[in-house]
Amino acid sequence: MTANYETREHDVLIIGAGGAGLRAAIEALAQGASVGVVCKSLLGKAHTVMAEGGIAAAMANVDAADSWKTHFRDTMRGGKLLNNWRMAQLHAQESPDRVRELEQWGALFDRTESGDILQRAFGGHTFKRLCHVGDRTGLEMIRTLQDRGVQQGIDVYMECTSTRLLTDNGRVAGAFAYWRENGRFIVFKAKSIVIATGGIGKAWRVTSNSWEYTGDGMALAYEAGAELMDMEFVQFHPTGMVWPPGVQGILVTEAVRGEGGILRNKAGERFMEKYDPKRMELSTRDVVARSIYTEVKKGRGTEHGGAYLDISHKPAEYVKKKLPSMYHQFKELADVDITKGPMEVGPTCHYVMGGIRVDAETAQSTVPGLFAAGEAAAGLHGANRLGGNSLSDLLVFGRRAGLAAAQHAKRSSTPSVDNAQIEQAEKELLAPFSNSGTESPYAVHRDLQEVMQNLVGIFRTDEDLKKALAELAKLKSRAAKLSVEGSRLFNPGWHLSYDLKAMLIVSEAVTHSALARTESRGAHSRIDHPSVDPVWEKKHNVIIRESGGMSRRELPIEPMPEELKQILAAESD
Amino acid sequence: MKQATLRVFRGDSNSGQTVDYRVPVAPGMVVLDALHYIQGHLAPDLAVRWNCKAGKCGSCSAEVNGRPRLTCKTRMDDLPQDQPITVLPMKSFPRIKDLVTDVSWNYRVNRKIPPFQPREGVEWKISQLDVDRVQEFRKCIECFLCQNVCHVLREHDKKEQFAGPRFFVRVAGLEMHPLDGLSRAGLLKDQLGLGYCNITKCCTEVCPEEIHITDNAIIPLKERVVDEFYDPLTKLFRKMRGV
Repeated sequence: MTANYETREHDVLIIGAGGAGLRAAIEALAQGASVGVVCKSLLGKAHTVMAEGGIAAAMANVDAADSWKTHFRDTMRGGKLLNNWRMAQLHAQESPDRVRELEQWGALFDRTESGDILQRAFGGHTFKRLCHVGDRTGLEMIRTLQDRGVQQGIDVYMECTSTRLLTDNGRVAGAFAYWRENGRFIVFKAKSIVIATGGIGKAWRVTSNSWEYTGDGMALAYEAGAELMDMEFVQFHPTGMVWPPGVQGILVTEAVRGEGGILRNKAGERFMEKYDPKRMELSTRDVVARSIYTEVKKGRGTEHGGAYLDISHKPAEYVKKKLPSMYHQFKELADVDITKGPMEVGPTCHYVMGGIRVDAETAQSTVPGLFAAGEAAAGLHGANRLGGNSLSDLLVFGRRAGLAAAQHAKRSSTPSVDNAQIEQAEKELLAPFSNSGTESPYAVHRDLQEVMQNLVGIFRTDEDLKKALAELAKLKSRAAKLSVEGSRLFNPGWHLSYDLKAMLIVSEAVTHSALARTESRGAHSRIDHPSVDPVWEKKHNVIIRESGGMSRRELPIEPMPEELKQILAAESD
Repeated sequence: MKQATLRVFRGDSNSGQTVDYRVPVAPGMVVLDALHYIQGHLAPDLAVRWNCKAGKCGSCSAEVNGRPRLTCKTRMDDLPQDQPITVLPMKSFPRIKDLVTDVSWNYRVNRKIPPFQPREGVEWKISQLDVDRVQEFRKCIECFLCQNVCHVLREHDKKEQFAGPRFFVRVAGLEMHPLDGLSRAGLLKDQLGLGYCNITKCCTEVCPEEIHITDNAIIPLKERVVDEFYDPLTKLFRKMRGV
């Protein structure tokens, strides 16, 4: 029998073509590896393109007192000490070089008077630290990386979805995937694989994430035996659009507050005075999101259930120059001129701090040959991510993952792929065509989003989380009976069937972890356990697949070296 | 709730026809929302490309009532609702299915363009004025609507000879980068076919990022090509130097 799939072979296969995946690809290629990049969308459309505010890097171009130590301290404190301290250290130390490198590859940033890269203020950062270009930093970054990667010789497999990692005696051997365009199968053989698939936001109803963010990379890793850590920490960005309904959840960049935007409630009160009088609007995202949510719950919200965010006290030309895409977004989608009046904003599911557990130096997971970087990996951000630390994360750990993946490939023999695994992956993927089931993937997805939105949102309780687990079990059995119409030719209903499986896995991981963590820390707020618990400061939740299903264990945090403890305790450097 | 009719192309590379769908219209709804409604309730296999749904990624291009648009930025209340709203795939690219077309040609063209190359011994100091000047070209989101309307591609299908407005914008962004040291004039003339453009400005009209493609990118690039290859003084100079 001839195989009904094509086969490609690479030393390093990268799944995901956002900032982390592309930076990993460039590095692996520089190490002499042959590199393939697989992505679900067209190249250049990954979520990095939407990043607005900037890249956090202690370059000290604007505030000369800034240093990696302060950046490290801000990141750890923002993450409520749950961060992997080694990752936080590497990130703070290496991000300035990663930004300079980007500039040398052709990225253009806004400048200071003296011609250096300009840096802006952002929530939780002591100094002006975010390198930016207006509010379209992510676009500049992804174009620079994609053009660099393509020119250096990466092979890109666009609109191609990986549905299963292939393993050979516990180590990575490749991936099974399908072309979205025609539904045909493709098998990748690889010595190393880097997961750089981003987040999980599409499991919530109000989200800034696009259809791609279904946790599929995390699900792939989990099914291959890797561990998912800190999954209870889901970031709700304080400012998403709330009106009109079709745009609900679309991101309003934190740069609005960075540039001086003020939050007010219906009565015109600047309510952040109550919640964080010192940092006000530039408090950390977890605090601002909870503050807005609380104002709305107490009946002090705006007409459409949000808060007012106002930047109109700044000169109109300045607003248009520093926040051009926000200006257009509100003008075109909401009929609001932000140079003249306030925006209505409310929390939106934005980012997951948790993800695949990796080694700080190499980004390798517990599965040999499997690496992860960017949002798909856990560790750097702890219980809450600071704005701007995501783009720098992609660069620092994308590079480290690519480097380690190439080195691992050099040391490894070619693994063999197991036909039984491929056949099983094929069968599973085609099941919705032959099922006698009647469930629509769209309907199951809508119901999943309601469950996560209502029961696993900003504020959580034991009762809600248990209810969510019961609901997720029902959704899982419905998802086993999906039925799709049409052919394998570019069929979004069929595509969603697989994405749904991944979303259900990560949703369950989030809920299990959230239920176990009986405290409130960073982005995880339990109404029934409103304070920080020192016992939980010392451990992570880790989710792993076992024969009976999903299981959770607790992993003690490694003690921090004395030198870092001192940096953390200091008030300045 | 108000209702509207969407008349959407359904078909593949060989054949197809439009199909009418009735959708409820919510306040502020955009055409992409309506297409999602159709997917979720009426035609689960309707093929549509999209990502950010905020006008930042350039994935959801289509022809709405005959005009090339991003469907995520096209408000339903801006369109007459007493008649069907037609949504067709971009015409200049081969159809794959429904509203999804094969845009891979663009990625092949992009590979021909040499990337940024800093001048020797450059100091990394740049003035904000210089950044502002090239910003316009660098905000392109690659929606390919300009490629879709350009008559050199749409009517004459000169894809082998002509790179199209998107890539003139890209070259302009590189050529006008304050620290770039490469000249791409020869490439523009010989491989990217800049001469085919007769500045009808159709590209500028459809650009969702409001880039003045013709005036600010294409015309200055044409001038560069003229300066480098057709200027009599330069020509004479070259002859004398034997280059």
